[in-house]
Amino acid sequence: MSVPQYRKVAAAALAAGLGLSLAACSTKSDDSADAGGKVTITVDCQPVGAQKELLKNWNDDVAEFQRQNPTIVVKSVSVGEQCNNPPDFTARLAGGTVTDVFYGYMTDLQQVLDSGQAMDITEYASKDTIGTWDSVDPALKEVFTDGGKLYGIPVKNYSMGLVYNKALFQRAGLDVNNPPKTWPEVRAAAKKISALGGGVAGYSEYSAGNTGGWHFTSLLYSQGGQVLSADGKKADFNNATGKQVLQNLKDMRYGDNSMGSRQLLQWGDLLTNAGAGKVGMFIGAPDATQAIVTQFQGTYQDWAMGPLPGQGGPAKATLGGGEGYFFKKGLSPEQVRAGLKWIAYQKLTPGKGQFDYARAKPQNYPVGLPQPLLFTNGSDAQKQELELRKANANVDTTNFAVFEANPVPIKGEPRNAQAIYAVLDAAMSGVLTNPDANIDALLKTAEDKVNQLLAAGS
Amino acid sequence: MALTTAPGATRRPGRPAPPPRQLAARRAGLGRKVRDNLTGHTFLIGAVACFAVFSWYPMVRGVVMSFQRTRRGETTWVGWDNYVRIIADPSFWTAWKNTFVFTGLALVLGYAVPFFVAILLNELRHAKGYLRVLVYLPVMLPPASALFLFKFYAYDPSEAGLFNAVLTALGLPTSEWMQSPTMTMPAMVLASTWMNMGGAVLIYLAALQTIPGELYEAAEIDGAGVWRRIVHVTIPQTRLILALLAMLQIVATMQVFTEPLILANGAGTQDSATSVAYLIYQHGFFQNDLNGAAALGVIMLVVLAGFSAVYVRLTARQD
Repeated sequence: MSVPQYRKVAAAALAAGLGLSLAACSTKSDDSADAGGKVTITVDCQPVGAQKELLKNWNDDVAEFQRQNPTIVVKSVSVGEQCNNPPDFTARLAGGTVTDVFYGYMTDLQQVLDSGQAMDITEYASKDTIGTWDSVDPALKEVFTDGGKLYGIPVKNYSMGLVYNKALFQRAGLDVNNPPKTWPEVRAAAKKISALGGGVAGYSEYSAGNTGGWHFTSLLYSQGGQVLSADGKKADFNNATGKQVLQNLKDMRYGDNSMGSRQLLQWGDLLTNAGAGKVGMFIGAPDATQAIVTQFQGTYQDWAMGPLPGQGGPAKATLGGGEGYFFKKGLSPEQVRAGLKWIAYQKLTPGKGQFDYARAKPQNYPVGLPQPLLFTNGSDAQKQELELRKANANVDTTNFAVFEANPVPIKGEPRNAQAIYAVLDAAMSGVLTNPDANIDALLKTAEDKVNQLLAAGS
Repeated sequence: MALTTAPGATRRPGRPAPPPRQLAARRAGLGRKVRDNLTGHTFLIGAVACFAVFSWYPMVRGVVMSFQRTRRGETTWVGWDNYVRIIADPSFWTAWKNTFVFTGLALVLGYAVPFFVAILLNELRHAKGYLRVLVYLPVMLPPASALFLFKFYAYDPSEAGLFNAVLTALGLPTSEWMQSPTMTMPAMVLASTWMNMGGAVLIYLAALQTIPGELYEAAEIDGAGVWRRIVHVTIPQTRLILALLAMLQIVATMQVFTEPLILANGAGTQDSATSVAYLIYQHGFFQNDLNGAAALGVIMLVVLAGFSAVYVRLTARQD
């Protein structure tokens, strides 16, 4: 072959190869039903490889589910340890690459609807597809409902309280069975804990990556405030309640120096410090202790939980949230039913999947946490779940007894939660990093920004 | 719309349209050129396809999206609404101010320091290679790793932080670094300069080594000191490289994103680290506002393109 001919052949091969490569990049999904009449669904939030036991549990669940439902094939997809990292989730929604049945937070409904990826599953969700459906808390179903149509199935629900380190409490001479019930008590305890030295923060708080706004909301709820007005059209935190929230933090940070010097913390930063035994108290959900142990090298016996404190007495409300699964638009009825059956098996059946406490007991995952609060009080499913939880508890349930015995009314997250949280981060970071922060100005700026966001409808 | 001007009427005076026979000959010539370079064109397909799919299409799509709005899966044309909305965002001007401050500081520090480091290295007689490797080493670190090093070790606001420990040892007041609104930008520029200067130093060194030694000898004979040799020999001789790197530096630093994201966990204290690129990310990925993000991206593109055009024109005049 002459040199020019050789070059032409090489060029043609390169072009053909490129064409094939591009074709191979196509994201066209598999057909929903194969010739054998099997229904295939893709489901995300499979645990990652590093979560060995959780991954094995998931894969075992898939195998058992498929054995029980021979016409259904479940294809699992892992989307990271934090199943809904907001930027990744947004990219998947925008790119149309979400799985058939996909994980999301309770605050994600609007975004999922806007992306045009949500399927109305109202006619499919019933006792026929999810045996415990009638026991699922109606308030949680409502979170995934818009205009009377159901778009998702709740699979986890939490409410926030005061998480505290018993070991540090003991060292500071505080009563481990009697956590602070008011913010002034939190302040006094934080002062004693930080006096231990060694870089220990008596109380720690977020102020970056939208987590500052998230916790500001919970702190505001504890004082009886709300982020948005009742009609959801105006910001409603630039008032005495909002000021009290920021003043408490500023007093602890700069008045008492009891919050540590490192600020601008987000989720992993605070929990890393907590795992290292450098945090006395913070507000969080019961499963924060699970993250501290499984991801940040802490130990269960160090951690306990009380109800969210209030200003002069018990908290007036606490922030509740959770997660669920949405269904991708365009699925066949068979796929939707198959997806619902899978969720029912893995997430909503006492004794199976996430409620297989007998399996979880010997593993490094906590059984006995007062979570997830999925079923209505007194319902059959709740009774079964509580009995199984009690029988298989591998954490000291007395550590959560004060939290459970003092329930605080749960309040949901505001509309446009993530956008609002991003704005409120600035107010939180302001009081935690600037000793001369002007609280009135911080709240006014945040109020203007939130009102602008709401007006824009973004 | 009907054409009211005859084809060719817009041509420059004095260059009339070629007669039809000439046009046919030109077309035949073009066909021959394509045939002659078929192999080259075929090899180009890969690069062109990659640019088309991964660069040009997203840019065009971004411009289109900036005039649309998607709600409930329905996309509608909204004219300039996204632009009006994004400009009204209270963080819009803060982000631009921060971006310009970062660019300005980076120009002072990140542009000048590598030049003088290169001159210094060029003057050394010993350990040249070793020092070059040392200067280039940070470039080999992944930017995220380098920034995490700064965040957790150098900029720790306690006295255990590297910089604070040094300041304390020198009897100087410590800083809260990324937690101080006034120190956020200088701290980001410092980290960025340390991370990136190796590449610029090597380019400057290459340019410096093309300067004929006789010029320095002549200057020395004329009694020029070090500073005058730099001003009258080095800078004029490396003018083109200096100009090119200045433009690249400005275009790159105006898109600063990794530094605020990692060093300041995003916005920093009271928006002190929010850059335009980070604001785009915030709108697109946290606020469910991809259309607003696209509009801001287009504004940034226009600003950078405008700057580049002015810059190219100015340097062309100088040449």
